[in-house]
Amino acid sequence: MSRVLEVENLRVSFPAEGGHRVHAVDGVSFTLDRGEMLALVGESGCGKSLTSLALLRLVPGPGRIDPGGAIRLGDIDVLHLEGEPLRRIRGKRIGMIFQDPMTSLNPVFTVGDQISEGVRAHLPVSKREARDRALHLLQEVGIPDPVARLDAYPHQLSGGMRQRVMIAIALSAEPEILVADEPTTALDVTVQAQILEVLDRLRASHGMAVLLITHDLGIVAGRADRVAVMYAGQIVEEAPTPALFARPSHPYTQGLFASVPRLHGPVERLKPIGGSVPPPSAWPSGCRFRPRCPKAFDKCGAMPPLLPLEPAHRMRCWLAETERS
Amino acid sequence: MTLLQVRDLVKHYQSGGLFRPSGPPVRAVDGVSFELAPAETLALVGESGCGKSSVGRTILRLQEPTSGTAVFEGVDLFALDRPALRRTRRRMQIIFQDPYSSLNPRMTVGSAVAEGIEIHRLARGAEVGRRVTALLEEVGLDPGYAARYPHEFSGGQRQRIGIARALAVEPAFIVCDEPVSALDVSVQAQVLNLLADLQRDRGLSYLFIAHDLAVVRQLAHRIAVMYLGRIVEQGTADAVLRRPRHPYTVALLSAVPEPDPGRRRTRIVLTGDVPSPSAPPPGCPFHPRCWHPRRDERCSRERPLLRPVGGTSAACHYAEDTPLPEGVGEAGGTSTASIP
Repeated sequence: MSRVLEVENLRVSFPAEGGHRVHAVDGVSFTLDRGEMLALVGESGCGKSLTSLALLRLVPGPGRIDPGGAIRLGDIDVLHLEGEPLRRIRGKRIGMIFQDPMTSLNPVFTVGDQISEGVRAHLPVSKREARDRALHLLQEVGIPDPVARLDAYPHQLSGGMRQRVMIAIALSAEPEILVADEPTTALDVTVQAQILEVLDRLRASHGMAVLLITHDLGIVAGRADRVAVMYAGQIVEEAPTPALFARPSHPYTQGLFASVPRLHGPVERLKPIGGSVPPPSAWPSGCRFRPRCPKAFDKCGAMPPLLPLEPAHRMRCWLAETERS
Repeated sequence: MTLLQVRDLVKHYQSGGLFRPSGPPVRAVDGVSFELAPAETLALVGESGCGKSSVGRTILRLQEPTSGTAVFEGVDLFALDRPALRRTRRRMQIIFQDPYSSLNPRMTVGSAVAEGIEIHRLARGAEVGRRVTALLEEVGLDPGYAARYPHEFSGGQRQRIGIARALAVEPAFIVCDEPVSALDVSVQAQVLNLLADLQRDRGLSYLFIAHDLAVVRQLAHRIAVMYLGRIVEQGTADAVLRRPRHPYTVALLSAVPEPDPGRRRTRIVLTGDVPSPSAPPPGCPFHPRCWHPRRDERCSRERPLLRPVGGTSAACHYAEDTPLPEGVGEAGGTSTASIP
């Protein structure tokens, strides 16, 4: 497998009271291979969306990416780019789709215009060729009657159709990597199933790597190749998907699994994690999950590194030292 | 015994507006009937635009119904004048998906919870404060928070405030309109448990409006599935989830993402979108998207009525023969993945 992305020690900070900076993303590292899907899973405020924005250098001010990390696309470090070279990465090497397509689409241009614009921004083609390519892209993302839809405006489309248009725009320059930030969260379940199927198909046919940002363990199961669970700005557990679901090991991951209502098995009272996720300014020293952790012990006063349970299964918890298989 | 009886509820919205001539009305709710017993939860399930929220709001008369009846504790809700309606609302409350938008940002949590007690003159003087303290404790909030403002709280805490505010007037019935869909999973579990505890302790009835069948399963005694303004299937939660008869219910169930890669499941991916409620298809409203192998021209001509089939009632001409794909409903069997 060829590596398309390598993120190393990514840190994103925001100014806080007293001249300090709080690190909303704090030392995140991961890799992505061609055709692979990595799911970044976590609850609101865990830093998963900021991580994805940082990949394209889209961190909103006054936040900033701190020095000392790297985002490598082949031999380019995205953190060292500015101006035109940076613009060429966005869309061309890394495409992105968001939860709410309506805020990313321009209401006064037709769907065809907006896809063609994406095509022409990155590929040397005529208007005519760009439009043909737009039509082809609409077919590829499964929009019925694509010829008519080219001339439609965003408000004339349903939520599911708009998200397909966003995917078509993201694909217009044939990026190697697609970052999908909660792509189906705003959609109904039957439409969600359609969109996920489109993503699976494109991954298979184009070898596109996908970074899926989600809060929903359900859409990760049976779809992502690997999962990284985030809590309080850090990856706390990472593993191939089957291994993570067979043996969720970090107490936070276990708490997440116990909180999810299920369709099968006996109906039992859910076992929520006590308390709530603290804001970055209130993260404790040592293990950040410690105040909510039912298994916390003395050693948790020191921050654990990602420790191996199995060669590809690691967790940020001292218990890995005793649970290692 | 019946607490609430809804018959042939219809809510149409006139479309069109300032710049457009009025077209056909949007038939948001198009003949919905159900009953609710004390201490019972009926879940109203469906996708966006199916009319489930309009049902809840019309019963409380937050929106006026187009036609139909709703009898609550023996009172015909749609015949009440304003003062009588206000008195009756003490017994019927609602909690929303986004509690923040329903809380006054300039009112402390304590006064927000006390408001209903004062309006309905349920207590006076120091007794109001004592009740507010007890309510905040009951929903799992520190009573010391009473002097704080809504923006100081997380989404889950705000939902608890919304629940305390609804409970303050001692209702018998609460419409829960997507109460946990905006919450993170760990917080969602806390609020679902709280709703279950309150029902047990206070004998509350819930009309639980939601789109997530796995969430619904935690609380519902009965489930009604809505599509394009009508109930297409209704029955006990167990029967609907185990052996659904309407092909739309089956598709919905098959699409629920489950955190269980060990489970083999056939997903039914419906084609197309939900048609516009202002121009519903003739015959069975689901027929243009239906995957039922027996679908035929009768479905595009004749509207199927809700009728008992197996353990549920379903509005499908061929409900007897609705197939159950692998991994859906009772064909699911037991889970193989280990859950800690």
